[in-house]
Amino acid sequence: MSKKDKGFDKDRRKFLLTATALTGGLGVAAAGIPFVSSMTPSEKAKAAGASVEVDTSKIKKGELITTEWRGQPVWVLNRTDEMIQSLPKLDKNLADPNLKVTSQQPKYCQNATRSIKSDMLVVVGICTHLGCSPSAKIEPKGDMGDDWSGGFFCPCHGSKFDLAGRVYKGSPAPTNLVVPPHKYLDENTILIGEDSKDEA
Amino acid sequence: MQKNNGFMSWVDQRLPVSSFIKNHLTHYYAPKNFNFLYFFGALAIVLFVLQILTGIFLTMHYKPDALHAFASVEYIMRDVSFGWVIRYMHSTGASLFFVVIYMHMFRALIYGSYKQPRELLWIFGVLIFLLLMAEAFFGYLLPWGQMSYWGAQVIVNLFATVPFIGPDLAEWVRGDYLVSDATLNRFFAFHVIALPLALAGLIFLHLAALHSVGSNNPDGIEIKENKDKKTGIPLDGIPFHPYYTVKDLIGLTVFLIVFASIIFFMPEVGGYFLEHNNFVPADPLVTPAHIAPVWYFTPFYSILRAVPPILNSQFPGVAAMGAAVLILFLVPWLDKSNVKSIRYKGSLYKKWIIAFVISFLLLGYLGTVPSNVWGQMPNFIPLLGGLDWATFVARIFTVIYFAFFILMPWYSKKDKTKPVPKRVTYK
Repeated sequence: MSKKDKGFDKDRRKFLLTATALTGGLGVAAAGIPFVSSMTPSEKAKAAGASVEVDTSKIKKGELITTEWRGQPVWVLNRTDEMIQSLPKLDKNLADPNLKVTSQQPKYCQNATRSIKSDMLVVVGICTHLGCSPSAKIEPKGDMGDDWSGGFFCPCHGSKFDLAGRVYKGSPAPTNLVVPPHKYLDENTILIGEDSKDEA
Repeated sequence: MQKNNGFMSWVDQRLPVSSFIKNHLTHYYAPKNFNFLYFFGALAIVLFVLQILTGIFLTMHYKPDALHAFASVEYIMRDVSFGWVIRYMHSTGASLFFVVIYMHMFRALIYGSYKQPRELLWIFGVLIFLLLMAEAFFGYLLPWGQMSYWGAQVIVNLFATVPFIGPDLAEWVRGDYLVSDATLNRFFAFHVIALPLALAGLIFLHLAALHSVGSNNPDGIEIKENKDKKTGIPLDGIPFHPYYTVKDLIGLTVFLIVFASIIFFMPEVGGYFLEHNNFVPADPLVTPAHIAPVWYFTPFYSILRAVPPILNSQFPGVAAMGAAVLILFLVPWLDKSNVKSIRYKGSLYKKWIIAFVISFLLLGYLGTVPSNVWGQMPNFIPLLGGLDWATFVARIFTVIYFAFFILMPWYSKKDKTKPVPKRVTYK
């Protein structure tokens, strides 16, 4: 047996080396799990990410309030009838007027106004480009120019959104603003952060 | 060593101090034709030490806590004795580190210091550059000002654009659903422990590789190929100490004059070294009107902005920005020229390097200003009407930036090179 000429078995040595390296490697990988997991959101952070309630009876027609959910601004806008009627007219200027990117809103908001009740818009006020918070430019015209029919403008990179949080064509933002999961607890109270299971 | 007894010989028997000094300083031969571009490597080391030193003293007073971070920086600036000097040394040092590193990289680029046998030396260098950018980014969050906060928000969201795993990845980096106290705390850990340690290790490897292959020079000639037959010393080499230690001291003196002038007379450098918005505490609900990274990131930031979203995804822009840095790793294999130095390369290469430098500087400028700075293109231009001029220009120069690298195998081969002399030249 030429393999054993030098007093050792090469194959056996190779097998032992590989087996030791693999076992050791697995051990190191397993030991890495606590370190990697320690960087995920803590229980405290998860608890702070719980749902928030909004009383809509205090929001006047055409008024926008900002609330905080998971540390992000969430806008609740009580749209007037003119605002709602203006929405379909903008379709040709929008990147995704028919909500083809379904991840941006729950199923129950997959409609023309992107809302449960047609007047009450609930969106996360974070630009889908790189996470800045756009400014509300609810009123038509003004400093946004005469073509502007109301919406949101992101100062960071110039993305524009309409009053349903739908993104305009040519904006750096790729998708519409996110509608967070939410539900009505009663006529005037919205719970942001949870949806009723049967609707979802 | 001539002494057989005494303290040094006692030490040398236990630790090779004298032979180390001999091998790496007094009998380490460097080419004698270095010009001023060769100051920047030594300056980078000085800055690394300075950043560690000032950093240690800053951590004595800084609090990595979202509630206290901003106030603790103001405390350092106003109440700690000479705290303001230490803080300005650290912030100015960060910016000047990049000035020095960019010059150092430019030097390597034009003299072909990445070519065989210095490929590994170059790769360690690019790794150091990458870690240095991460180090600067983590450090910029610590003052917890508006620009710290929203800058971090934008950069962490770049991870969120990665297909499939993006959002989870961004959440893992932040440790929360938004940039928060958890993020600040871990960025502090990366900034003061993890990255400085890794950087020190890489700098050691960079220097070890350098001393193994020896320095390149403005002529791109291997001085080790021309040795004195008797002594074995390169004919074009001079001992690093005292010749280059003394020369580097002159460079250091000039550098310190600039450094001190900035610290004492213009520490914010008009908002370029310390951005105005960063004197406002971080507010997760209000985004500043104009977000721009610190100047040393702006060429890459411009590339990010220049690439339009494709298939509803911002990822191509992020990928282009990453590629703009990572492509540096390939340079040793992209350059097919038979000479190293720009001195013996032909006009084709010179045109390309000029185009590259212009595009780097211009992209850098554009990254500091809003994209509507030059207004919009008139509507009568087909396809491009309504597009911001600055975006259009940034796109052209992004293409030039990448063309410099991607076309390098072609133009470096086609270029008419001049004959390289046997010995180094100098005036």
